Amino acid sequence: MKKPGKMLSEMFKNVAKAPATTSYPFTKAEMPKDFRGQIVFTSENCIGCNICVRDCPAAAICITKQGEEKIFGAYFDLDVCIYCAQCVLSCPKKALSVSPNFELAQLTRSGFRVVFPAKPKPPKVDGDKPAEGQVAPTTSA
Amino acid sequence: MDLNNVVKIPIGPQHPCLKEPACFTVSLNGERLAGLDLRLGYNHRGIEKAAESRTYIQNIYLIERVCGICSHSHPSCYIQCVEQIAGLEVPARGRYLRSLIGELERVHSHLLWLGVAAYEIGFETLLMYSWRDREVVMDILAMLTGNRVNYAANVIGGANRDITEDHKKDILKAVDVLEERTKYYIEVATEEATLIARLSNVGYISLDDVKLMGTAGPTARASGLDYDVRRDDPYAAYKDIPFKVITDTHCDVYGRALVRVGELMESYKMIRHIIQNIPDGPIAVKAPRKIPAGEAISRYEAPRGEDVHYVRSNGTDKPERVRVRAPTMVNLLSVPKMLEGDNLADVPITIAAIDPCFSCTDRAIRVSDLDGGNAKVMTWNETRRFGIDWYRKNGIDFTDLNKRLAGRMR
Ligand code: SF4
Ligand code: SF4
Repeated sequence: MKKPGKMLSEMFKNVAKAPATTSYPFTKAEMPKDFRGQIVFTSENCIGCNICVRDCPAAAICITKQGEEKIFGAYFDLDVCIYCAQCVLSCPKKALSVSPNFELAQLTRSGFRVVFPAKPKPPKVDGDKPAEGQVAPTTSA
Repeated sequence: MDLNNVVKIPIGPQHPCLKEPACFTVSLNGERLAGLDLRLGYNHRGIEKAAESRTYIQNIYLIERVCGICSHSHPSCYIQCVEQIAGLEVPARGRYLRSLIGELERVHSHLLWLGVAAYEIGFETLLMYSWRDREVVMDILAMLTGNRVNYAANVIGGANRDITEDHKKDILKAVDVLEERTKYYIEVATEEATLIARLSNVGYISLDDVKLMGTAGPTARASGLDYDVRRDDPYAAYKDIPFKVITDTHCDVYGRALVRVGELMESYKMIRHIIQNIPDGPIAVKAPRKIPAGEAISRYEAPRGEDVHYVRSNGTDKPERVRVRAPTMVNLLSVPKMLEGDNLADVPITIAAIDPCFSCTDRAIRVSDLDGGNAKVMTWNETRRFGIDWYRKNGIDFTDLNKRLAGRMR
């Protein structure tokens, strides 16, 4: 039957309900497990093949070589990365992985450059703090 | 028609009723439309050219960004071309996964459209509720693919991510919720008197005109064209999935709304079928980096209509040419026809009813010889100079304006 006000009952039902929106940032937003957020680099696994650099559509990664040894660091430009995770897909040694971290806003431009220093084996806990200029880039992304 | 009484009003490029820049110059005779002139090109991003300098793999992500809403349709269509050239056979599970994401995308796109259309006619209650419900499918997409938009669900040769038993349960649960809600929206669409009165007989286009203009997707099906690429030229897993092609004979905006909510119900059935019948096995085959020389064209039923991509390869790891024809391109052409004799107030909803996506549509095509070979290429500085001179010639001097503005700020 055609009549106006079809949605009124729905509206009244919702008056007593809690809002559908969340009060982010006061309540933390949870991302699903495999969310494509910030890319994390594990230096110990990297063999420096540069496939990730070649496949990255945004030129956001750079793999850096430490001296003459076969250990590699990396830096990422969070502002150009499009979070497609192609690098993770391409890496033959599982040196790259996705993390659900999506809160990547920075106050300065330089904050977007995230450096993962080269680590000699045995493995240590990785540091993902920006520390520019620790490693010399061998390739330009 | 008394031509002296015709007033021309530009709607766009920036206008509250448009979500993206496009210019519709309407000629008005009183409140009635006497003509409509369409101008595109405000959102040209050079994607096709950019695709030529990227590898096939990088292009997946570039093409994905042709459209934020059809961000599965475009890369799928492109990848189908590449697979066709390279002769790759996608494994059955990969094909099912592609269809699954494709249908989830259709659900989110149609719910989004329902909200936008409601908003255009001032029915904001419906906008709020349909967008709230859309979050359910967005969460499912984020869970399956790792992002709410730009899913990156495809690789050349198959699908990117597999689904688990837990995922299946979550999807089925979400589909139940959405189906319930969609049934309610169908009730609203068929019973709410104001909605029916507002949408009926607005933007009328007959079946003959639809055929003449090559209109695609739900817009065409709402005029009774029984055509759907998923059924008539099946790709992915659509050959194995039973579904009905929803058509309607209203030929107006109301019909387009009914087709879209009807398609939502079909999509839920298809998603259930996929979840229950998805075969085991690998999700992708390995693709070569270099694609042999050749060319291919492929079609895909995007939520807005038939999407067509063309790829030509030359044996390297980069395509020689990529052409994207988004469904809005053909649907836009029918808008002037739809609006013939309608009121000015019908313009926003009629444009919204084709579910336009101007950024996806904007492509540069150079028609040479039209001006007797006078075309020339300008550098950035020349173009700037040309612009300044052109405005100066027409009595607008920005240097003066800039000075005055600077003076006022002091
Ligand atoms: S996520 Fe994509 S854009 Fe970002 S570094 Fe990896 S490949 Fe490059
Ligand atoms: S693809 Fe993996 S192993 Fe190769 S350089 Fe990149 S991170 Fe290192």
